Amino acid sequence: MMRFLVHRLAISILVALTVSIIGFALLRLSGDLASALAGDTAKPEQIAQVAHLYGLDRPLYIQYLDWAAKALRGDLGRSLFSNEPVSFLIGQRIGVTAQLSFMALVFAIAIAIPLGVVAATKPNSWVDRAALGLSVFGQAMPNFWFGLILIIVFGVMLRWLPISGSDSFAHFILPTVTLGTAVMPAIMRLTRTGMLDALDSDYIRMARAKGLSSGSVLFKHALRNAVLPVVSLSAVSLGFLLGGSVIVESVFALNGIGFLAFQSILRTDFPVVQSIVVFVSFAYIFLTLLSDVINAYLDPRIRLG
Amino acid sequence: MTSLEHTPAAAAIARSGVAREAEAPSPRMVMRRRALTHPGFLFGATVMLLTIAVAIFAPLLTSYDPFAQELTQRLIPPVWSAKGSWAHVLGTDGLGRDYLTRLIYGARISLIVGFGAAGIAGLIGASLGLLGGYFGGRIDALVMYLVNVKLSMPGVLVALSLISVFGGSVPVVVTVLGLLFWDRFAVVTRSVTQQIRVNDYVTAAEAVGASRARIILGEILPNVMNHIIVIASLEMASAILVEAALSFLGLGIRPPTPSWGLMISEGRNFMFFQPYLVAIPGIAIFVLVIAINMLGDGVRDITAPEGRN
Amino acid sequence: MTASPSLSDDDGRILEVVKLSVEIALPAGNLRAVSEVDLHVDRGETLCIVGESGCGKTITSLGIMGLLPRRARMRAERLVLEGHDLLTLGNRELATLRGDRMAMIFQDPMTALNPVYTVGNQMEEVFTRHGKGGRKEARERAEYLLHKVGITAPRSRLGQYPHQLSGGLRQRIMVAIALMCEPVLIIADEPTTALDVTIQAQILHLLSDLQKEYRMALMLITHDLGVVARMADRVVVMYAGQVVETGTANEIFTAPTHPYTRGLLDCIPVPGKTQRGAKLGSIPGMVPSLMAPIDACQFRNRCSSAFAACAAAPIALETLAPGRSCRCLLEKAPVNAQPSRRSVGALP
Repeated sequence: MMRFLVHRLAISILVALTVSIIGFALLRLSGDLASALAGDTAKPEQIAQVAHLYGLDRPLYIQYLDWAAKALRGDLGRSLFSNEPVSFLIGQRIGVTAQLSFMALVFAIAIAIPLGVVAATKPNSWVDRAALGLSVFGQAMPNFWFGLILIIVFGVMLRWLPISGSDSFAHFILPTVTLGTAVMPAIMRLTRTGMLDALDSDYIRMARAKGLSSGSVLFKHALRNAVLPVVSLSAVSLGFLLGGSVIVESVFALNGIGFLAFQSILRTDFPVVQSIVVFVSFAYIFLTLLSDVINAYLDPRIRLG
Repeated sequence: MTSLEHTPAAAAIARSGVAREAEAPSPRMVMRRRALTHPGFLFGATVMLLTIAVAIFAPLLTSYDPFAQELTQRLIPPVWSAKGSWAHVLGTDGLGRDYLTRLIYGARISLIVGFGAAGIAGLIGASLGLLGGYFGGRIDALVMYLVNVKLSMPGVLVALSLISVFGGSVPVVVTVLGLLFWDRFAVVTRSVTQQIRVNDYVTAAEAVGASRARIILGEILPNVMNHIIVIASLEMASAILVEAALSFLGLGIRPPTPSWGLMISEGRNFMFFQPYLVAIPGIAIFVLVIAINMLGDGVRDITAPEGRN
Repeated sequence: MTASPSLSDDDGRILEVVKLSVEIALPAGNLRAVSEVDLHVDRGETLCIVGESGCGKTITSLGIMGLLPRRARMRAERLVLEGHDLLTLGNRELATLRGDRMAMIFQDPMTALNPVYTVGNQMEEVFTRHGKGGRKEARERAEYLLHKVGITAPRSRLGQYPHQLSGGLRQRIMVAIALMCEPVLIIADEPTTALDVTIQAQILHLLSDLQKEYRMALMLITHDLGVVARMADRVVVMYAGQVVETGTANEIFTAPTHPYTRGLLDCIPVPGKTQRGAKLGSIPGMVPSLMAPIDACQFRNRCSSAFAACAAAPIALETLAPGRSCRCLLEKAPVNAQPSRRSVGALP
């Protein structure tokens, strides 16, 4: 197992490095940053001064190494818009995004796994069809639109829940449901497929041949096998939720890093955008690695080689 | 006990037994039959064809100009509401433009974006997948590494950034989305290629000395096509959804071009009083995406039902 | 026939199956997997069910155990295990008997053992589930049985996972699991097919030793006539879902009556008898479709002895002697047996 994990770690580091380079390059694409910073009416000398001030006249790889070195020390530069340290801005808002993502994942799993299990035990029954229908529904629904509809129904027509801001727990309910329905279908289908495969397998036939109770067959034997890939998917989904929260945060005016990224893009506040892109990527890479570790631990075939 | 092996009676029985075997239908006929009885496929195909027809024949279906503003006719509700009329079946938006017309022309955008993005993504992803799956070794390691890098990047954020840099024209949006969705193509194509590669007919072609390009394009690609088409449908649906989201945020298709996502964004301001402005384009997206998904699932069921539970 | 157990003497009838049929509902129609199978196994006796893949032997065993897939429908006139009328029991009650009174050994020990649980866990759960004792007793029994099936260092094996063990070891564990509750009937479905030849012999040896000691009824399903020769007291030959011949092992091997059985035996080279360079026998043709109803002999299209009457009507299973039967028009029933259904056009 160790060899496998070390290998994965090495790849993760390589990928992280590449991502940081891409993230860095991303915002350098927008043409002449110096003139954008200097303003529309700047004269060439002023632009050159700005370029020199921000170090934009050095070779690109030097700029990258400089940025990387600072980033590793926690210095992500300053926002061009507010002049606050980027790390501070991210730190301020990461809590909201993390809470939202985590709650969305829990919500998705709480629905997806039981539904997947029940659907698998009664294939082609109305429950199964309903589960698959729900999955189709969840995947076809435009996320932001669903959020808006929820706002209209629950926030305005029924007035049950608040529709913007992040002050209380109640503020998170609608965004959680909106975001959760994005990842719920995949988890449900994976659980269902995994359970169907497990229930079809020889070891389940063996478990029944031993006369074990149906509860034991289902949960002790089948689910324990089916859940392995679901754990992986959940960890990876968390990474996806962190990145995809920009839409939901915008709809519900939640002050998370997604919304910050969006605003910063509009304001061409490139240090912030760059840092958030890299940060989210790193979080995703970390979570993928974590899911590999969990998977290796849960599966004795990998754990004991 | 006597043995009756070579009597005419035995021979006659043997012959008649064989002759009674029915003719096995050809694979193509089997697929056609499956296609015509598969409800999901039929629904998906119908909706798709309808949408394509509507998009192509848009000018024939509506006499309004999707860009023509008529500020005296703002926010007229659809025909089923009290103040609606048949003059504007789905009402008008905040700038007085006929909503049905905007919806119809919006279909063009969705389809162009969907096909375009899926096409670009498919080209990139399938090529990488074929190369990685066929050659293995370092090339494969490189392909998987690229896939990993792509997967690690937050797609929506990157797309937003790129569009903010390069502008919100249709070609830019299509290209950016194409760059967003190629990973699943690559992964699936690669794994199917690996499976096909060890088949005898590929080994035979290699033994005969066929060029690698010929093998990849001639032997492997046709067998991967089914999977590519299924993935293409899924990614097309995703592309349409993401374009809608980007346009909604203001960093996708630029106004006044009618994109359904953009229409929702524009309607958001009036959402609480005229919810139809938000509901209608959303439903259109929803229906089209479901149709594409069902079409893709249907194609998969028809061409390889063993893959389904 | 009453449902009371016939255990008046020591060689009691453990399993009695009369007219068992299984139909599987498929989209294309109903599949007759098993058609009116009769069989029985007594205490201490080994019954081998022989036939090629798809002949229905596995489905028969699953039907007896109550493990048929959802889409299968089973009918039987009689299905009794050690006095329990299995036809009247619901799934929960059957589950109490499974693993306890009747146990099954599957073909592939790699896939039949759950990869995420230890060997000990999978053995002990049978014991505790059937109320034979607590965890401690279960562990002791597991250790004892591992030793009994010839596994060294049994205690350390209990903590190991299936993938850490060899194929032969895993199959021994399967045998041990089957014995945890001392069942009266063990059904072994192709227990040696997935194993190396040398291990096969060991497992068969183990099974016959254990049977002598515990006096259980053993139903062995196989397509390998070598296994039959080694293990069987009695044999049931199945073809296309039907029983086509029954008899003692000796009778089947020395005087096979059904053309299919003869064909099977012809396929085997016999040292000393088969000439070098001579062609091995084979049975031409293919198994008929199991979708169509049985309206004639199912073997006639592959039978060199077939004649007109074979295609005319379904062939009954003739009892030639106690424990000896054959489903073929060419086999004359003795005078004191049931009247045979010979059609007029039969040739001598």
